[in-house]
Amino acid sequence: MILLVLEQTLNGLQLGVMLFLMAAGLTLVFGIMNLVNLAHGSLYMVGAYLATTFVLWTGSYVLGVGLALIGTLLVGVAVEVIALRTLYERDHLDQVLATFGLILFFNELIAVLWGRAALYTRLPGWLSGHVQVLPGVRYPLYRALIIAVGLLVAALLWALVTRTRLGMLIRAGASNRTMVAALGVNVRLLFTVVFGIGAALAGLAGLMAGPIYAVQPGMGEQILIQVFVVIVIGGIGSIRGALVGAIVVGMVDTLGRAFLKPMLATVLSPSAADTAGPAIASMSIYLLMAAVLAVRPQGLFPTEARP
Amino acid sequence: MTSPARRAVAIAAGLTVLALVPVAAALVNQPFYVDLFRRILIFAIAAVSLDVILGYGGMVSFGHAAYLGVGAYAVGVLTHHGVHNGYVQWSFAIVVSALVALAIGAVSVRTSGVYFIMITLAFTQMLYYLGLSIEEYGGDDGMRLAARSQFPGVIDLGNSTAFYYLVLAILVAFLYVGHRLVEARFGMLVRAARSNESRARAVGFSPYPYRLVAFVIAGAMCGVAGALLVNHTEYLTPEFMHWTRSGEIMFMVILGGMGTLVGPVLGAVVLLLLEDVLSAWTAHWQIVLGPVLVIAVLFARRGLVGLLDGGARRIGGSASDRGGEPNGGGARRFGGTPPDA
Repeated sequence: MILLVLEQTLNGLQLGVMLFLMAAGLTLVFGIMNLVNLAHGSLYMVGAYLATTFVLWTGSYVLGVGLALIGTLLVGVAVEVIALRTLYERDHLDQVLATFGLILFFNELIAVLWGRAALYTRLPGWLSGHVQVLPGVRYPLYRALIIAVGLLVAALLWALVTRTRLGMLIRAGASNRTMVAALGVNVRLLFTVVFGIGAALAGLAGLMAGPIYAVQPGMGEQILIQVFVVIVIGGIGSIRGALVGAIVVGMVDTLGRAFLKPMLATVLSPSAADTAGPAIASMSIYLLMAAVLAVRPQGLFPTEARP
Repeated sequence: MTSPARRAVAIAAGLTVLALVPVAAALVNQPFYVDLFRRILIFAIAAVSLDVILGYGGMVSFGHAAYLGVGAYAVGVLTHHGVHNGYVQWSFAIVVSALVALAIGAVSVRTSGVYFIMITLAFTQMLYYLGLSIEEYGGDDGMRLAARSQFPGVIDLGNSTAFYYLVLAILVAFLYVGHRLVEARFGMLVRAARSNESRARAVGFSPYPYRLVAFVIAGAMCGVAGALLVNHTEYLTPEFMHWTRSGEIMFMVILGGMGTLVGPVLGAVVLLLLEDVLSAWTAHWQIVLGPVLVIAVLFARRGLVGLLDGGARRIGGSASDRGGEPNGGGARRFGGTPPDA
């Protein structure tokens, strides 16, 4: 039982870091450009598809994944330059609708190029083993790797934002764009760079998700809405909030799905638990969001920035 | 500015065309068109209900399909348990969707801007997953509706034309109710809160309860659309609440012209006809629809009604029409705190 709890906790952490990779990009873009980008999930999908294709094509996992990461970054920059740049000064309603249009376009484009059926990737042999996390406790190596990569990226992002010149500009841009532009910074380039970072993070999440979840058109939106929950809980625009929110949401979702049914079965009749368990588990993160908002309407880590 | 007489003529002409659809369909012997337009009008009702809060209240609800689904489930669940009386079913649909709107609104209406968008979207997704997980009512496969709602002696929904005219009558009634609502003191308060919340507060009223009531009314109206939709399709599925459905309804409002009530009807007609034409042409119609949507948002800022009103010369100044921000959206956004952030 303890082993099962430990395994599910690690699974929760793994989902959490994936959500964080998505949430960090989305929240950065929102914090700096004041842009609500629904198409962020499409970049996740693009990352997954490119990785699947490139890995098959090159025959090397590392090379394929590297190419996919660069490919997603380029797609992201292209989307920013072609479509999103004109949206920065529009209201949120226009942004939501235009990026909704982009989602329809990307989902269909993927369906045209790769078909609607789900793709499955096989992991290379050296990634498909298990690791010993505690004496006697084995955990899939690949999932452990995802956790490690996610935490590493979180640390790098922290260093980037707090320790580099680019990070300084990002923080400055988030708190007062007009002033940054007035001081002679090329804001347009800054926006493109930030969007590219966000796209690469989404692509990274997508390409890591490929071997675990089904790669199919529309896969981006399933995670995107969970990511919204994450950043609403964490506080929009806050990377720290995104990290905390992502881990909490990943844990609640995973542990809820794993343990709610058996826990309810101890109180309710088995058939009632069979019905109520999955239903409540699928609603748990949204109920959590409602509870957080009831106490803190601006999320756990509200940003003081001016939009 | 728009001349009210001109708009009244356009509305009357539009309604006449809609009223003649079954006649025309019978003439060309294509009963399919009655079905198509009935579906369009049902979505028009949903779009009009969204316009009440989006166009007049400035509440960008990205979860309006939730009430479509709740209304549909209310009817479907009662039918499943052997209650076929239409009055009972539809009242239940209205009450349940109003209650769901009250619950969602109580949390979301306190927030604004992007929080509001994401929260309404998230709660709708929650209801979607709830629908998927309840096996009793079909789960992800959905469930056939055993029989359409029954109004003995009044109307038979099995009669395609009669059902069509009922939907049209409900749409006209909702347009009238919506018009009275937004012109009433209540509507004025909701509109005032949209255009400048701090001034509204300074005048001495708190917008929250008014916004919440508007949100609940819109939810209940959309619940009726859901009850109609499940009778139309004779099939109940969580897909009614899918988030793309919310996006489509929102796009109908914007395409037609938000804050005009008749605009969303026009938007529903144009969008769904466009979908119908495109999907007959290629299975990958969304690859065309997506960019059309982006272009429409970028360039037709006041919607089709704005174009019909001869608004072309006003396009430059349209920012203040859209956002209700007197001194131009862009400038404000960069400087001070915009009302929707």
